[in-house]
Amino acid sequence: MYKFNYQQPTNVEDALALYKASADPKFVAGGMTLLPTMKLRLAQPSDLIDLGSVAVLTGIIETDDTISIGAGVRHADVAASKEVDRRIPALSHLAESIGDPQVRNRGTIGGSIANNDPAADYPAGVLGLDATVITDRREIMADDFFTGMFETALLPDELVVAVRFPVPKRAAYVKFPNPASRYAIVGVMVAECDSGIRVAVTGAAPCVYRFTAMEEVLSKEFSPHETDAVVCDPDGLNEDIHASAEYRAHLVGVMVRRAVVAAN
Amino acid sequence: MRMKVQLSVNGRKIEGEYEPRTLLVDLLRDELQLTGTHVGCDTSQCGACVVHVNGRSVKSCTILVAQTQGSQVQTIEGLADGDQLHPLQAAFKEEHGLQCGFCTPGMIMSSVDLLNRNPDPTEKEIRDWLEGNLCRCTGYHNIVKAVQTAAKNMRN
Repeated sequence: MYKFNYQQPTNVEDALALYKASADPKFVAGGMTLLPTMKLRLAQPSDLIDLGSVAVLTGIIETDDTISIGAGVRHADVAASKEVDRRIPALSHLAESIGDPQVRNRGTIGGSIANNDPAADYPAGVLGLDATVITDRREIMADDFFTGMFETALLPDELVVAVRFPVPKRAAYVKFPNPASRYAIVGVMVAECDSGIRVAVTGAAPCVYRFTAMEEVLSKEFSPHETDAVVCDPDGLNEDIHASAEYRAHLVGVMVRRAVVAAN
Repeated sequence: MRMKVQLSVNGRKIEGEYEPRTLLVDLLRDELQLTGTHVGCDTSQCGACVVHVNGRSVKSCTILVAQTQGSQVQTIEGLADGDQLHPLQAAFKEEHGLQCGFCTPGMIMSSVDLLNRNPDPTEKEIRDWLEGNLCRCTGYHNIVKAVQTAAKNMRN
């Protein structure tokens, strides 16, 4: 890693002030993406602002019809949360599927969605469950949040503070993981929300997206028998050493079908 | 620019001034000569570096010493009680859960975390938990047996 300055603020205000005062800063939460990136010298921030001591970013809050997860909550704690398991088990299942136990002990939901890795699991969860991202200055609907590969609607110094999930009628997350990294080659969140059926796909394309053709079919009948009618087009899907675009397109169909079965 | 960091490693208080980019694994191996923790990859996948920070297993190659300020760190060297092997260490020996031994400290430290949370894991739960620990020698079979044997011995 190249050298950098390190700061450990204890509140959001100080974190933002430190960011403004730095030449080329980066926030770090769990560090499970940023630190490996810096070790490979693909990122060289002048200052690392560690959010690990900002207490307001932790905590899981349950209301009658929502679950809010603090941006700094570790994947292991979401997976172990009784509230999440009771109200949105698909989300605890998603959190439990991220990486491996050691990664889950450090990685955070805020870091995951702010980074928006094309193969990360949380973007499919947030988009599929019609969640709202709460930042230090506004609220952003999931449909507006994920804008491109490693790109979000966040301004450069904007901090995710929490993610608020409406409790769905039913939902499931199924993924086909890479055997070494555990990243999603394809991961699908299917949910029946108040706003309707949502199918969010990660890993297949440069950015998480909603499979609207599949949503229409499932809106008519929420059954795995209907999903074969919709074919996923490989055009525009990721092609790499792990899988071809055609294989990913095929996996999307399989994962959707399994998610519908699991959600039922 | 160095920063003062204080932490405890295997019960011993460590104080020093470190560059922020110092990884925990570098501190353990280079400065403290605790070379039981290994560096096996560049990509935070292999798990040869797994230690405990405040009771949770983490990859020491992917955490800064700065992030362990005030923490309790336990390495493989901190498991045995004098000459008395930890049940997991004894089980890895008994079940031949290693060949070259490179992944073994990470396997054991990861398994300690598992058994702390789940004293009676199924085979699937053991295999799922060890997803972050890669072994090139054994095919994992005897590693799983070792964890099962240790779990049984620790429950009795």
